[in-house]
Amino acid sequence: MEVLIYLVPMALLLGLTGLAAFMWSLKNGQYDDVQGAAFRVLSDDDIRK
Amino acid sequence: MAETLDLSIYVKRQDDGTAHLDLAVEGIDCAACIDEIEGGLCRLPGIVDARLNYTNHRLAVEWRDGELSPAHVVEELRRLGYRAHPFRSRLVEEEEARRAQWLLKCLAVAGFASMNIMLLAVSVWSGNVTDITPETRDFFHWLAALIALPAAAYAGQPFFKSAMNALRNGRTNMDVPIVIGILLALTMSVVETINSAEHTYFDSVVMLLFFLLCGSYLDQAMRRKTRAVASNLASYRSEVAHRIEENGEVVLMPTAALKAGDRVLVRPGERISVDGIVLSGSSEVDESLVTGETAHRPVKVEGQVYAGSMNYNGTLTLRVTAAGKGTLLDEVERLLENAAAAKSRYVQLADRVAKIYAPVVHAAAALTAIAWIATGSSVHDALITAIAVLIITCPCALALAVPVVQVVASGALFRAGVFLNAGDAFERLAKVDTVVFDKTGTLTLPTMSVINAGELDPALLEAAARLALSSHHPLASAVAQSAQNRQPHETVVEEPGKGVRTSVDGAEMRLGSPAFCNAEDLAQKAAAADPTASIIAFSWGEKRTVLLVRQALRPDAVAVVIELRERGFDCRILSGDRPEAVAPVAEALGIAMWRGGCNPAGKIEALEGLKAEGRKVLMVGDGLNDAPALAAAHVSLSPISAADLTQAHADAVFLGDKLRPVLDTIDISRRAHSLMRQNLGIALVYNLIAVPLAFLGYVTPLVAALAMSGSSTLVTLNALRARGRTPSPQPEAAPVPPSPAMQGA
Repeated sequence: MEVLIYLVPMALLLGLTGLAAFMWSLKNGQYDDVQGAAFRVLSDDDIRK
Repeated sequence: MAETLDLSIYVKRQDDGTAHLDLAVEGIDCAACIDEIEGGLCRLPGIVDARLNYTNHRLAVEWRDGELSPAHVVEELRRLGYRAHPFRSRLVEEEEARRAQWLLKCLAVAGFASMNIMLLAVSVWSGNVTDITPETRDFFHWLAALIALPAAAYAGQPFFKSAMNALRNGRTNMDVPIVIGILLALTMSVVETINSAEHTYFDSVVMLLFFLLCGSYLDQAMRRKTRAVASNLASYRSEVAHRIEENGEVVLMPTAALKAGDRVLVRPGERISVDGIVLSGSSEVDESLVTGETAHRPVKVEGQVYAGSMNYNGTLTLRVTAAGKGTLLDEVERLLENAAAAKSRYVQLADRVAKIYAPVVHAAAALTAIAWIATGSSVHDALITAIAVLIITCPCALALAVPVVQVVASGALFRAGVFLNAGDAFERLAKVDTVVFDKTGTLTLPTMSVINAGELDPALLEAAARLALSSHHPLASAVAQSAQNRQPHETVVEEPGKGVRTSVDGAEMRLGSPAFCNAEDLAQKAAAADPTASIIAFSWGEKRTVLLVRQALRPDAVAVVIELRERGFDCRILSGDRPEAVAPVAEALGIAMWRGGCNPAGKIEALEGLKAEGRKVLMVGDGLNDAPALAAAHVSLSPISAADLTQAHADAVFLGDKLRPVLDTIDISRRAHSLMRQNLGIALVYNLIAVPLAFLGYVTPLVAALAMSGSSTLVTLNALRARGRTPSPQPEAAPVPPSPAMQGA
């Protein structure tokens, strides 16, 4: 059972990474325009200009 | 040449030499609009960035300062087929956005914590019935404590704050028992961890927080969506005025940029967009949107005019007065204060339940502790059981019962074209038994239309309508609505105060006053038959006719009022208009109880009378004169065309030309209210089962987790029924009548 000593904290660390990623995306405004994002992924705006 | 609008007050200049403008864009209906708008704008020289938010239909444009004028951007959008209106986000909305983000952060932390603690807790539960060693269990409990304590401290903030506020004001709300439960459960779990006991409740605490935060985030998101649409609509209506500069030049600018003391020019046929005193000129104004009075009022120098009035026949120069300085506005403001003070604060259903619930639960917990000690248990065991009672009764389902229904029901209202201002309006709407309507702008449409169109020769009507396109007179715009061919005649002469004329195929065509068209005999006959309508005459060669123009009833007003009456609602009319103008409307709708000529104080008096009879009144009104009555009524509705102040005091605002939303609102609210009560019932039944179990000491953390999520799910699923079987669709996309004030914007 000693394996738990580092496996559980590792699992927690992974969870924390996910939380941090979410916080970053929130701060970054990724959720400001949820409906638009669904359409933008299909548009070819990267080849414009 | 079209005048350009001076938008400079909306432009934000940034430090890096770019200028920024926010616009609310009308007419976005598909994904292709994103590319079209952004691509189209980026081709303009000087544009640095254009980004459309498809969710709330707002466009942020940035350009290098000085290379482009903001009016250019609006013009380009118009060329692309979209109407754009400068937009300044209101303080309330920014506040809400910040709060929504904060709730989302709390939700994320609670979600993270509950998942990870559940991972540990499930291991302990399964270990407890198999072969977990006490050391491993302690290790898991300490880890859980390490996650739960900071997570609860962070994610619990919304509830801590709300509970503190309530206590400080000497009240109690649902959050008080929640916070007490959370704190006691955490303390006990830490003590139990130190004592290396079998059970801790860390998972219950964070799961509770997670569920509650879901509820409040959804509630918040729904309200924010409603508010965003409402403020877009407000900016679509944002009005413009012609300001006279020091040097005599006339500049078109948004009314938001005007200051008290500025001079403003109002031409015939324009809507007056500010409150002011007449400096020069004389005219007649139609104040039906302000006071409900449909007869025109003559104004002279030194006279007071109000925003929302229509200027009829003369050019006026006004001095802008600060809002709230006019005699009418003074009275309205004073009455509003009284009405707000007199309206006893409605106590929400959930808070009423909490008021009884909290003492009962806390008494039950105390009783448990005493009973256990009395039967010879240790103080430790007694306390643990008492706290288990508190945890299991922590009003998770109870706290979700009302908000979840509110979210689902306001979604249903949103689809029916009704925006809710106040969350507790459902409970008040459900109790309504009397509906009081204002006449002008509420039962009738805010715009004029030809009422005898059916009796006229279609060819003549079409010819009159096409000619009317060239006139600036407000009555002519009512005639122009029925034009099939939207192309005005090429050479049209407008004779001020008389009418317009042109010649078609050698025959002269005239539209205007009866004298101008030589149709006085017809006009006299028509006036005798219908004294309240305005008359326009039309002649084409030898043929002559008269058109009767009036604010027509909303298309479904009769049907809606009849249906309301059939369902047992008492319908009444309280109007500021003359009794002889109200009588025909009341007759058409079959309403026996009506009063005309009411001033704002008179309306409040009438409502107080109804209240004294024990009636719950729904007031539906739009004019500035209705604002105090809306605030005084049990609950209130107003159409989107209403004055700003009036909308602010209505509990809900409805879109479109139809009166149907009034009926939908009452229906949806009744359904929502009965679901709220069902949900509270479910929550109480759950407690009736859970409390005795907890009292007897059968509640382990596993049972607590199952009971809590089970009851929350049940309540949420029940709330989804508020969507309704038949979400009566609103096919037409709420046409906003093009007002003359929108030119250039």
